[in-house]
Amino acid sequence: MIKAILIFNNHGKPRLSKFYQRYSEDTQQQIIRETFHLVSKRDENVCNFLEGGLLIGGSDNKLIYRHYATLYFVFCVDSSESELGILDLIQVFVETLDKCFENVCELDLIFHVDKVHNILAEMVMGGMVLETNMNEIVTQIDAQNKLEKSEAGLAGAPARAVSAVKNMNLPEIPRNINIGDISIKVPNLPTFK
Amino acid sequence: MPAVSKGDGMRGLAVFISDIRNCKSKEAEIKRINKELANIRSKFKGDKALDGYSKKKYVCKLLFIFLLGHDIDFGHMEAVNLLSSNRYTEKQIGYLFISVLVNSNSELIRLINNAIKNDLASRNPTFMGLALHCIANVGSREMAEAFAGEIPKILVAGDTMDSVKQSAALCLLRLYRTSPDLVPMGDWTSRVVHLLNDQHLGVVTAATSLITTLAQKNPEEFKTSVSLAVSRLSRIVTSASTDLQDYTYYFVPAPWLSVKLLRLLQCYPPPEDPAVRGRLTECLETILNKAQEPPKSKKVQHSNAKNAVLFEAISLIIHHDSEPNLLVRACNQLGQFLQHRETNLRYLALESMCTLASSEFSHEAVKTHIETVINALKTERDVSVRQRAVDLLYAMCDRSNAQQIVAEMLNYLETADYSIREEIVLKVAILAEKYAVDYTWYVDTILNLIRIAGDYVSEEVWYRVIQIVINRDDVQGYAAKTVFEALQAPACHENLVKVGGYILGEFGNLIAGDPRSSPLIQFNLLHSKFHLCSVPTRALLLSTYIKFVNLFPEIKTTIQDVLRSDSQLKNADVELQQRAVEYLRLSTIASTDILATVLEEMPPFPERESSILAKLKKKKGPGTVTDLEEIKKERSSDMNGSAEPASVNASAVSTPSPSADLLGLGAAPLTNSAPPPSSSGSLLVDVFSDSASAVAPLAPGSDDNFASPDLASSEVVSEEPADTVHDADELFHKFVCKNNGVLFENQLLQIGLKSEFRQNLGRMFIFYGNKTSTQFLNFTPTVICSDDLQPSLNLQTKPVDPTVDGGAQVQQVVNIECVSDFMEAPILNIQFRYGGTFQNLSVKLPITLNKFFQPTEMSSQDFFQRWKQLSNPKQEVQNIFKAKHPMDAEITKAKIIGFGSALLEEVDPNPANFVGAGIIHTKTTQIGCLLRLEPNLQAQMYRLTLRTSKEAVSQRLCELLSEQF
Repeated sequence: MIKAILIFNNHGKPRLSKFYQRYSEDTQQQIIRETFHLVSKRDENVCNFLEGGLLIGGSDNKLIYRHYATLYFVFCVDSSESELGILDLIQVFVETLDKCFENVCELDLIFHVDKVHNILAEMVMGGMVLETNMNEIVTQIDAQNKLEKSEAGLAGAPARAVSAVKNMNLPEIPRNINIGDISIKVPNLPTFK
Repeated sequence: MPAVSKGDGMRGLAVFISDIRNCKSKEAEIKRINKELANIRSKFKGDKALDGYSKKKYVCKLLFIFLLGHDIDFGHMEAVNLLSSNRYTEKQIGYLFISVLVNSNSELIRLINNAIKNDLASRNPTFMGLALHCIANVGSREMAEAFAGEIPKILVAGDTMDSVKQSAALCLLRLYRTSPDLVPMGDWTSRVVHLLNDQHLGVVTAATSLITTLAQKNPEEFKTSVSLAVSRLSRIVTSASTDLQDYTYYFVPAPWLSVKLLRLLQCYPPPEDPAVRGRLTECLETILNKAQEPPKSKKVQHSNAKNAVLFEAISLIIHHDSEPNLLVRACNQLGQFLQHRETNLRYLALESMCTLASSEFSHEAVKTHIETVINALKTERDVSVRQRAVDLLYAMCDRSNAQQIVAEMLNYLETADYSIREEIVLKVAILAEKYAVDYTWYVDTILNLIRIAGDYVSEEVWYRVIQIVINRDDVQGYAAKTVFEALQAPACHENLVKVGGYILGEFGNLIAGDPRSSPLIQFNLLHSKFHLCSVPTRALLLSTYIKFVNLFPEIKTTIQDVLRSDSQLKNADVELQQRAVEYLRLSTIASTDILATVLEEMPPFPERESSILAKLKKKKGPGTVTDLEEIKKERSSDMNGSAEPASVNASAVSTPSPSADLLGLGAAPLTNSAPPPSSSGSLLVDVFSDSASAVAPLAPGSDDNFASPDLASSEVVSEEPADTVHDADELFHKFVCKNNGVLFENQLLQIGLKSEFRQNLGRMFIFYGNKTSTQFLNFTPTVICSDDLQPSLNLQTKPVDPTVDGGAQVQQVVNIECVSDFMEAPILNIQFRYGGTFQNLSVKLPITLNKFFQPTEMSSQDFFQRWKQLSNPKQEVQNIFKAKHPMDAEITKAKIIGFGSALLEEVDPNPANFVGAGIIHTKTTQIGCLLRLEPNLQAQMYRLTLRTSKEAVSQRLCELLSEQF
């Protein structure tokens, strides 16, 4: 079973945290910090598995992670999961994100946490792998977006108009933030040695 | 087109996020967040009803704030409103919030459950999916209560969409995990098994996960899944890489599903049907063959997916452990991976080989890789991999290579990572002991261990070396010589001083003939370390000195001078001061004969499982938390002990510090009062818990001689231990057929029990009532499992408040897990101080094997068919005994039901007889049990017959039940 899925950047800032086992909010934050501490000090070409930290259950659990550009994707799993299988699952997750966001980058994860959660929900449910077929996942997400659009078209207009007026005089438009070079280029992924 | 268009979305949210990101300092960020929280709070509280869009925006902001690590204590109500909306976008955000920020407020849960119920009934697959996700992610007991009956129906209904089926399967799995008792097995189970044949591979994957978990607990019920899984696997393995279209991942057909199916098959022994078995073997061979084919892609994803299946296949081969041919092929394959350029594969190969090493077919084959593994230990750059290498060396070690492996591990220890040193120390200590032919090698190894990694050598390790030296007289002289030499080093580890002090105190005489290690030199050597050591070590050294007084009368005055010095007699530490005072007095007034008796060499320790092994098991096992708890408990009891206004004489009994009793001296004059200083099998003390009783014979008759003013005022213990245990035995048998009642009672204390058991788990509430009007102090109940019992029964307790007021009752919870069948009962030991006296009593805790019974109903035909199957003489145990109670059929029936088995009516041709059936649940296995009780009214006798698949179980159940009639 997958106990937790964590995404954080190279500085340990959490970008997504999803726990499938109940921990107090405090513990969740500690687990993120502990996991970052464990994972970030590892070299680039060591293996992708390590024993879990004490907070998440010690050596009965494994951390399986991948490091893409600025982000760490970490899955904490118990002994019933295949290590390589989870490693591939992380890859599917990232490839799916890339399809859904078109050249996904860290900023996409920041500004669309809800979307990322939705995509993840199509893959993992209650700690078990739900779907691994990328096309199937993308189809589901597409269907959701269509639903969203149609609802937005019907009834969302007034609210959107109001918010547009409210934001008219903003000195800075958030989409113009300098994205820099943090985009994740999935098509030419670093190969793992 | 990207599935998520970046342009739309909530502007207010985006602004807020970029504000946060622009914050220059942590303080500024917190300020901005607090401002936003206040804003949202006022919006939620405001009179104006918010529209769905605004609610959604604010809830999203809360989610973001939560992710940054801030507590969110409001917004749940708004989220519930959102998920009750008919609009998809709002519903989705509502569910997301609830899944991430679960709240146990019951009123809220009721509202959420209501919304979920509506969505499940909506027939809208998207809404159903959201609802199922929410249940699976929260998975609380309340939700299980509300939906565990409903979801199986959705899962097997013919008209359910595939995506909903997938979600329903995993949702049910989650509920089964959290509350197995609430998920009823029924008709749906057989239909779930047939989902393995489903067209949609996503459905099959989800169903396989579900069945795997269910089958672990109910293997019989899901037995048919084996042949279905094999044929499904066979179809995948033999398919061309394009057959499965979307489920082909980098040219590997459905790797996840293959892995899951192989996992499912690991729940069962090799299939009995030769056709199925043959087909499975074929599959496994095909998978092994494919590993040798050239890769279809250079991408790492291709090899990962392929190897994921391969490793799982190897796991299954190891699990079956029946096909030597496959096992050896698996071993060779892993051998190739040991040298693979990918670190991941080397890691996994080492890990799998560990399990392979325990198979008799492949142990030798694994051993051929020893050089590679040792090399890995030396050259791997990754600590995770090195740790696996240590594990594998430990697993492949046997008599033939022990010296080499231990030497390599010691070598590695000098440079090993701090995080794994303690574990390596334990492993070296175990291997050295287990495979020692020559015990001088063992002593050398352990002393090396202390030299190299003294800080990581736990108490157990040095206790153990002393136990072994004391028990084996052929090594004592060598040990004395070696420690003496080791102590010469200018800086030696405190653990070495402890071992040295103890061994020289016992066997220093064996090397005293050599002028280079004369008594005085020995003493001076030890005493030169004295001032650098901590209090417990100094206490131990003082005991060594008094032993020297006996061994070497010629240095008695030197030692007395040391004891008499102010730094000893007036030491600020009570324990040290007491020892100095008592030892000095003892050496002055006791005659040589008495000294010789009191300070005699330690008797051999009873042979028992190495406590180091237990420690390693604990370290690796899930019980790390209990460890901590026990240690804490022990510390607190230590502290209580010293917090007493302990005069010098009183603490001889009350200090439960492990070193206090090292020589058994403290206990000797006070035989029947000294409680074995044990606390719930805690290792530190356990090693020596037997020593107190071993020393006991020294005392009788010597009391008067020791009536020095210091010792005369020692405490008297009012409990007669023999009585209590006897009493408890009768009461104990009463609990075999019931779960609640009074376990023990005397004029001071009443102990009541309430317990419940379900499958292999149980929980027991122990109530301690103080019947007096005076406080009990230092109240320490501990549950003790003997060494035999410990591996079979996991008990977890929380410490209770050490003070019990007069007339008050305290409660203690014991969580119970039955790992395998067991014979003995754990002991509940209670120590406390009442008035001025120390009370110590022990009762058996009625946790008996039959508590893990689940009744099974069956027809007469079934019963006798199974009865015949268990006809092996070892499976049957019979007892003929005289009735101890009036022979009343109704009472007997009640007792059999209370015993835990089902009472089967109209099964036995003779209506006067009673038959019962049930299954004993343990974590490792389930054992079917049949019983038959034949009363003979005329003779007032019974004949009881038990048949189970396991001899020990039949025996134990027969014993327990015979006592009942």
